[in-house]
Amino acid sequence: MNCRDVVKKLSDYLDGELEPALAQDLDRHLSGCKECTMIVNQTKLTVEIFCNAEMVELPEQVRTRLHEALRRKLSPGNQP
Amino acid sequence: MTAPNPHKLPSRIAKDDEHLLVAAAKKGDTRAFEELVNRYEKKIFRVTMNITRNQEDAEDAMQDAFMKAYSHLKDFSGDSRFYTWLVRIAANEALMRLRKRRPNVMSLDEPVEGQEDLMPRELQDWGPSPLQRFAQTEMREILTTAIEALAPDFRTVFVLRDVEELSTEETAKALGISVPAVKSRLLRARLKLREQLDRYFRQGGQN
Repeated sequence: MNCRDVVKKLSDYLDGELEPALAQDLDRHLSGCKECTMIVNQTKLTVEIFCNAEMVELPEQVRTRLHEALRRKLSPGNQP
Repeated sequence: MTAPNPHKLPSRIAKDDEHLLVAAAKKGDTRAFEELVNRYEKKIFRVTMNITRNQEDAEDAMQDAFMKAYSHLKDFSGDSRFYTWLVRIAANEALMRLRKRRPNVMSLDEPVEGQEDLMPRELQDWGPSPLQRFAQTEMREILTTAIEALAPDFRTVFVLRDVEELSTEETAKALGISVPAVKSRLLRARLKLREQLDRYFRQGGQN
């Protein structure tokens, strides 16, 4: 496995969706390639940062309008 | 027996009691449905906001998603998690608004099999704790800029797959695209986001 193969397989590797034999090949490559190890680690960290970031907050007035609309929708006569 | 992959991303979404609430809501218990809304309103707004990048559209998409979910509750078979079903509705509402606002930009239905070189260039170490070099508000700006720089089709796949943790198959089903297309877009999105963060995180970089 070369560096380009590692990049192609990167997502499947991070998601644990790579066939075991290929994952072993990739691990072997990583053990001897500093650059690919950096790519794997930085990409993993990137995903984790976006997963954990509270980038979007629900504004209170948006929430209030949602619940007002819901109350109208859930009122008797509007059952699913 | 092979050793577990130390780089594998962990899952953060735990199984819970949502099926009980859904069953009650289906029987007409409006409080159960309200509980589901309370539970998922922040996440659904995050989905619609991350896809549309426009608060007005995100709010409309979120409201319509919950309304549609309520109206079509009887159609929810329980094959998937309720949350996954809800995200799918919300993503479609958000995409509809995004296409209206930017009809020429959206290319979700087109294959992305580009031959471009994905290999990252000029790699540099990010140091042991790159996040700590930035204040919280600064970090939020960096992430917002990075995600907005992604093309909508890459961003949508990344949001559903990585932020909302839908499976590859669920993401494909939600967007009406193939599993290989999801994988291809996810890889490109992840690499592009890494590249964006690299501008800030590389030691001795811009900041």
